[in-house]
Amino acid sequence: MKRSFPIFAVITAILLAYAFYEAIWVAPMERTMGDVQRIFYYHVPSAWTAFLLFFVNLVASVIYLVRRNPRADAVALVSAEVGVVFCTIVLVTGPIWARPVWGIWWTWDIRLTTTLVLWLIYVSYLVLRRFSDSSQTPKLAAVLAIFGALDVPLVYFSIWFFRTQHPQPVIGGGGSIDQRMLHVLLINWLAFSCLALAICWARYRLELLQREVEEVESLESLRGVPQ
Amino acid sequence: MNSTGFLYAAYIATWLIHGLYLASIVRRYSRLRQRMKELGKGE
Amino acid sequence: MSSISSITWATLTKDIRLEWRSKDALNSMLFFSLLVVVIFSFSFDPNAEESREIAGGLIWVAFLFAAVVALNQTWARELRNQVLDAYRVSPAPATALFVAKALGNFILVSVLEALMAPLFMIFYNLRVLGPAWQLIPVAILGTWALVVNGTFFAAMSLRTRSREIMLPLLLFPISIPAVQSMVEATRIILSGDGAARFWIVLLLTYDVVFTTACLALFETVLQAE
Repeated sequence: MKRSFPIFAVITAILLAYAFYEAIWVAPMERTMGDVQRIFYYHVPSAWTAFLLFFVNLVASVIYLVRRNPRADAVALVSAEVGVVFCTIVLVTGPIWARPVWGIWWTWDIRLTTTLVLWLIYVSYLVLRRFSDSSQTPKLAAVLAIFGALDVPLVYFSIWFFRTQHPQPVIGGGGSIDQRMLHVLLINWLAFSCLALAICWARYRLELLQREVEEVESLESLRGVPQ
Repeated sequence: MNSTGFLYAAYIATWLIHGLYLASIVRRYSRLRQRMKELGKGE
Repeated sequence: MSSISSITWATLTKDIRLEWRSKDALNSMLFFSLLVVVIFSFSFDPNAEESREIAGGLIWVAFLFAAVVALNQTWARELRNQVLDAYRVSPAPATALFVAKALGNFILVSVLEALMAPLFMIFYNLRVLGPAWQLIPVAILGTWALVVNGTFFAAMSLRTRSREIMLPLLLFPISIPAVQSMVEATRIILSGDGAARFWIVLLLTYDVVFTTACLALFETVLQAE
C-alpha cells in the first residue's frame, strides 16, 4: 500500500497536467463568454468531488454509529475535511467566474446556494470535532453528519421553490453541453477525483499517526514518565 | 482580454488552496514524526 | 408507553414550576426580546416601504435570537445538579427527557414570541393582508423546528469548549430551510401576495424529519456525555 502511493501520486499529477492542457487549449471557445468559461472545468468537477466526499462522510458516520469502528470515524473526519477544501474551491471559483460574465459576484442560484449551505454544515461539523474534548466526539460528530445529510434535500427544495418565485441568473447556465466540452469536463473530473483520493490518503495517514501519538502519550502519562 | 485574468485567478486560487492544505498535512506529519521519535527515546 | 408520558409530564411540570418560581431567566429573556425588537426598529426604518416588505424576515430573525438565548440554558440546571448522570443510569427512556425539555423550550419561546409579535405589529404598523389564520400553523411549526433541533444541539454542545457559541453554530446552518420557509410564509401572508401553502408543507416536512431524527438519536447523545 505504501509503495503504490508514489506511483498513484505521479499518475494523478500527469492526469492533472493533461486535464489542464485539455481545458486551456483543446476545449472549444465558448461563444458568449470567451476564455473565462474555462473556469467551468475546475468549478464543476470540484463540486462533484465535494458532494461525493460528503456522501462518503455520511456512509462512514453511519458505519461508525452502527459498528463503533474507529477507522470508520477516521474516514469520516478525513472525507469531511477534504470535502470542505473542495467545497471552498467551488465557492471561490464560482464568484470569480460570475463577476466578468454576469457582472455580479454572487447570485443566490440554486447550485451555488446549496453548496454554500453544505459548506456551512460541514464547517460546523469540523468545529464540533475541534471543540469537543470528550472521547465521545466521534459519536456526536456522526450524529451531526446524519442531521446534515437529512437537511440537504430540504435545503435543495426550499431554494428551488424560492427560485421559481424570485428568478435570478444561473451560474453555469442551463441547457445542453457541447460534446467536446463534456469530454474535457469528464477528464478534469477524473483528474480531480484522483487528486481527492491522494489527498484523502495523505490525510488519513496523518490521522492514524496522530491517534497513535495520542495513545502513546496517554500511556506514558499514566505511567508517570516525565515528558 | 481582461476577463482572461479572471481565468488565471480561478485556476491559481484552486491550486493555492490545494497546495496550502497539502502543505499543512506535510508539516503536521513531520512534526508528529518528530514527536513519535521523542516518545520512543523517552521509554 | 404510559411511563414515557408520565415521565415527560413530570419533567415538564417540574421545569415549568422551577422556572415560574425563580422567574429570573424568564424576565431577562423577556427584556432581551424587547431590546431586540427596539434595535431592529432603529436599524430598519419602520416607515420605509422596504422594511414593511422584509418585516416577515425581521420578526423571525428576532425570534431566532430569543430562541438561542432560551435554548442555551436548557440543560444548565441539569448540569449543575448531576441530573443527567441520574438519567443515564435510570431505566427511563431518554426520549421522555428530550420531549419534556423540547416542550418546555417550546412553551418558553412561544411566550417570548407572544410578546414580540404584537410589538413588531405596532412598531412597524403591520397589517395582515392575506389569510391571518395561516400565521398560527407557521408560528407553531416554525417555533417547533427551531426548538426541537435547538434542544438536541444544546445537549450535543454540553461537553464542548465555548458551549454557548457552539449551539447557534450548529443550529443555524441546519435550520436554513426552516428559517427560509418561516420567513417566506410570513412575508406571503402579510402581503397577501401568493400562497404560503408550499412553505407550510415544507415546514411540516422539516418538523417531521427532524423530530424523528432527534427522538431516534437522543439516546446516543445522552450516553455520549
